[in-house]
Amino acid sequence: MSGARRSWRIEMRAGLVAIAPLALGSIPFGLIYGVLAIKAGLSPLLAIAVASLVFAGSAQFMITQLVAAGTPLLLILGSVMTINLRHALYSAALARHLAHLGYGWKALLAYLLTDEAYAASIKRFDETGAADNRHWFLLGAGLGLWCVWQISCIAGVALGGRIPAAWSLDFAGTLTFIAIVVPLLRDRPAWAAMAAAGLVAVAGQALPYKLAIMAAAIAGMLAGVAVERACKSSLETPA
Amino acid sequence: MSLWITMLAAGAITFAIRLSFIGAAGRIDAPAWFIRFLRFVPVAALSALVWPDLLVGDPGMLIMQPRLYAGLAAALVAWTTRNVMLTIATGMLALWLLQWLPGGA
Repeated sequence: MSGARRSWRIEMRAGLVAIAPLALGSIPFGLIYGVLAIKAGLSPLLAIAVASLVFAGSAQFMITQLVAAGTPLLLILGSVMTINLRHALYSAALARHLAHLGYGWKALLAYLLTDEAYAASIKRFDETGAADNRHWFLLGAGLGLWCVWQISCIAGVALGGRIPAAWSLDFAGTLTFIAIVVPLLRDRPAWAAMAAAGLVAVAGQALPYKLAIMAAAIAGMLAGVAVERACKSSLETPA
Repeated sequence: MSLWITMLAAGAITFAIRLSFIGAAGRIDAPAWFIRFLRFVPVAALSALVWPDLLVGDPGMLIMQPRLYAGLAAALVAWTTRNVMLTIATGMLALWLLQWLPGGA
């Protein structure tokens, strides 16, 4: 069955089904993003535009935090680039499977390549089989998430002005990051990356222009790679 | 206006990153060191945002940091349940409780 060529309709529907629970889970974040974007001072139109321009939840949350803090624009760009670098991983993993497609398809699927769409699609792509319609699966998953995300962000923008500041809703952004980071702390290198980034971010608060955030992110990555190497070499050394 | 240009650029950068290896169509393989480095991007970048927000305010007043305690409670829930919504709900409830307690910040 897995090698058989399925029609594009079946693939696309399967993609939609696979993304459904993840898309449902993204609704609260879309709402919170919209509210935070308005609180940060983005115009409603810009807040909605960012959701389709950047189309990445964590980067969108980060943008609202950085804009609210008055971060210089170039540093906002640098931070967005740093946090979205992980998508290069997904791109590398899927490149082989999409190599036969034309430029239009590649551009469209790259635009729709989110954490969720990747997570939903990679299993399907790793099934063995001849060239087939699996790109329709990714299209279904990507488009399904895109629609749900845009609607929830727009709804959040509409709600934005009506939520009092005393609710401290901006904290929901930080809590979202905690919910993403904690499950990633699976081994010592990951803990080291978290600790180093936190230390540099807090110690560097006095630095101008929120430079501490980028410095901390880079310090965290270097710490992770360094500890990973140290763990490996201690394993390889005979006792 | 310049904020619009920044967001257009942010979108272009994100798209370029996503297209990178797909666009290269398997002609370029990601070097192994790059892949190793990328694994730590989410942990490092998000931690850099979380910690300063938990430790805002007067560092001499560690006792009075509602965000720190709410964040730690949320992290505990995230660790045990891996449930995103439950994590957020716990953190927000804890923050509200700590803020609205008599003498809270």
